[in-house]
Amino acid sequence: MRKGQYRFVAGFLFVPVALYLIFVIWPYIQTFGYSLTDWKGQSQTFKFVGLDNYRALFHDDVFLKAIWHNIQFLVFIPVVTILLGLFFAFMVNAGGRSRAGGVSGVAGSKFYKIVYFFPQVLSLAIVAVLFNAVYRSDGGGMLNGLLIKLGLVDAENPVEWLNEPGFVRWALILVVVWHGVGFYLVLFSAAMQSIPRDIYEAALIDGASRTQSFFRITLPLLWDAVQTAWVYLGIVAMDMFVLVASMTQNMGAYGGGPDHASDVMSTVMMRNFLYFGKSGYACAMGVVMLLLTLVLSVVTLRATRRDRIEF
Amino acid sequence: MSAPIKETAAVPAVRPVAKTRPGPGERKGEGVVLNVFSHGFLALWALLIVLPLLWLVLSSFKTDAQIGGSAFGWPQHWSLDVFSRAWSKGIGDYFLNTVIVLVFSVPLTMLLGSMAAYVLARYPFWGNRFLYYFFVAGAMFPVFLALVPLFFMVKRLDMLNTFQGLILVYIAYSMPFTVFFMHAFFRTLPTAVFEAAILDGASHTRTFFQVMLPMAKPGLISVGIFNTLGQWNQFILPTVLMQPQSGDDPERYVLTQGLIQLQQQMGYASDLPVLFAGVTIAMIPMLVVYLSFQRQVQAGLTSATLK
Repeated sequence: MRKGQYRFVAGFLFVPVALYLIFVIWPYIQTFGYSLTDWKGQSQTFKFVGLDNYRALFHDDVFLKAIWHNIQFLVFIPVVTILLGLFFAFMVNAGGRSRAGGVSGVAGSKFYKIVYFFPQVLSLAIVAVLFNAVYRSDGGGMLNGLLIKLGLVDAENPVEWLNEPGFVRWALILVVVWHGVGFYLVLFSAAMQSIPRDIYEAALIDGASRTQSFFRITLPLLWDAVQTAWVYLGIVAMDMFVLVASMTQNMGAYGGGPDHASDVMSTVMMRNFLYFGKSGYACAMGVVMLLLTLVLSVVTLRATRRDRIEF
Repeated sequence: MSAPIKETAAVPAVRPVAKTRPGPGERKGEGVVLNVFSHGFLALWALLIVLPLLWLVLSSFKTDAQIGGSAFGWPQHWSLDVFSRAWSKGIGDYFLNTVIVLVFSVPLTMLLGSMAAYVLARYPFWGNRFLYYFFVAGAMFPVFLALVPLFFMVKRLDMLNTFQGLILVYIAYSMPFTVFFMHAFFRTLPTAVFEAAILDGASHTRTFFQVMLPMAKPGLISVGIFNTLGQWNQFILPTVLMQPQSGDDPERYVLTQGLIQLQQQMGYASDLPVLFAGVTIAMIPMLVVYLSFQRQVQAGLTSATLK
């Protein structure tokens, strides 16, 4: 490479690398260091305390509870969203009347895709306000109002969806699913459309039913997309900050109520950082979140590994 | 998370959604039941998406007492007054703040991200692979890992609660995906055009801006949409970085932050119609953009994951 070329390469890389280094990489690295200190954030003085923060973490009931809730979200959010996404994608692409030898989408499949995907472009803040109204704990809430009309809920005694420890996490899962299904419908149906039609037609000639062709053809060939979806939804389940912080009762700040029943790692961390001012401790939580995320992705990739089918 | 990145890295990223028409032939019978069933389910979920949204928009025309009374009342007065109240109660400012930030952050993200991706994709030099993984690795880590030191870094630069601070942070956090995606895109562009431009005496910089960048337009549109939506909807970064720092430091909330703020205020003030009107205002641009660029938006958001 000539000299001018080097200058060009360096010139193009300088600003992006500098920005990325200052605002992303360096803070990531610093977190590890700060997690070993008792830094309160307000002062610039802090002591090295070794692994004390981590030891404290494992006796912090709120944080342990939060990890458990994240794990529950990690199981239910991907399972429900992926199943619904696959179901709808199959319906949209192959659920139609087979008027022409092969499989075809239902009428209006384009319309469904447009509608289902729309929540994905809304911010979670909007979604949170919307579902706060839907989950209102009196007859003015959409859900309670509907159930009262149907006579399933006593008007005097409506359900406190977000204030019952037994309901609040399910209520949140429902919101995530509502928000996400459209994305996975579009993702899966793009993958389905890349499956050659002759395979389906061959199966039809061999007398395969629609259910059989779904489980024997579609699903195996979609496996890569399902795996990707699982990882993406895993990231969503590890986060949950916006919804918990803005939909649930405040446990000091950043939601988490009632009685920490909806607290997740991200809200506990933010509370410790900005509300209690325990910066060092919050950093230790950040590191634990990283470790769990890495474990999660390794486990997901291992558990869902299949031989790749070329087509 | 390394998985999606690794899988997609080797292959050109954008792929148009294939459209297939069923071939000739006739087959009847089976499917009628399934057809009704599938239509029923699809229509039901479509209603579950649309009805709450319409209900919320409708609620902004009601009074606070009506909202608390029954979920299915009909508004008594169709007055647009509530929307102008919501606008002046803060939504207008939040809106403007978000636009100011994105007007700078999105084009700069695209420019800097493409520059880095281009150099990494087309110029062999010592440390190239390392730099590429250095950029892409950022996508693996949860943002929460960086929050605390990031806050103090921005504080030290005296950029807390400033637009320029948020803009720079948005650009930096959009780099991994932008570089990853544009890198894959630049690799697929033909070398012949590049060589022709160089032979004609164009400088490397000029080749990039006048030849390569225009050719990468489809990729730029996809990533551009992805970044615009991502930055428009970002919540955690402004929550940490955009708090007034002292009594006379004005509030510079972005829209997402502002809506949550408004939710708190209007809850206390018993003025929910204003909140709902605010949400309606915040939804309208997304709806317009989405409906006019529906295919590009869907492709832009999902293309990263398609192999």
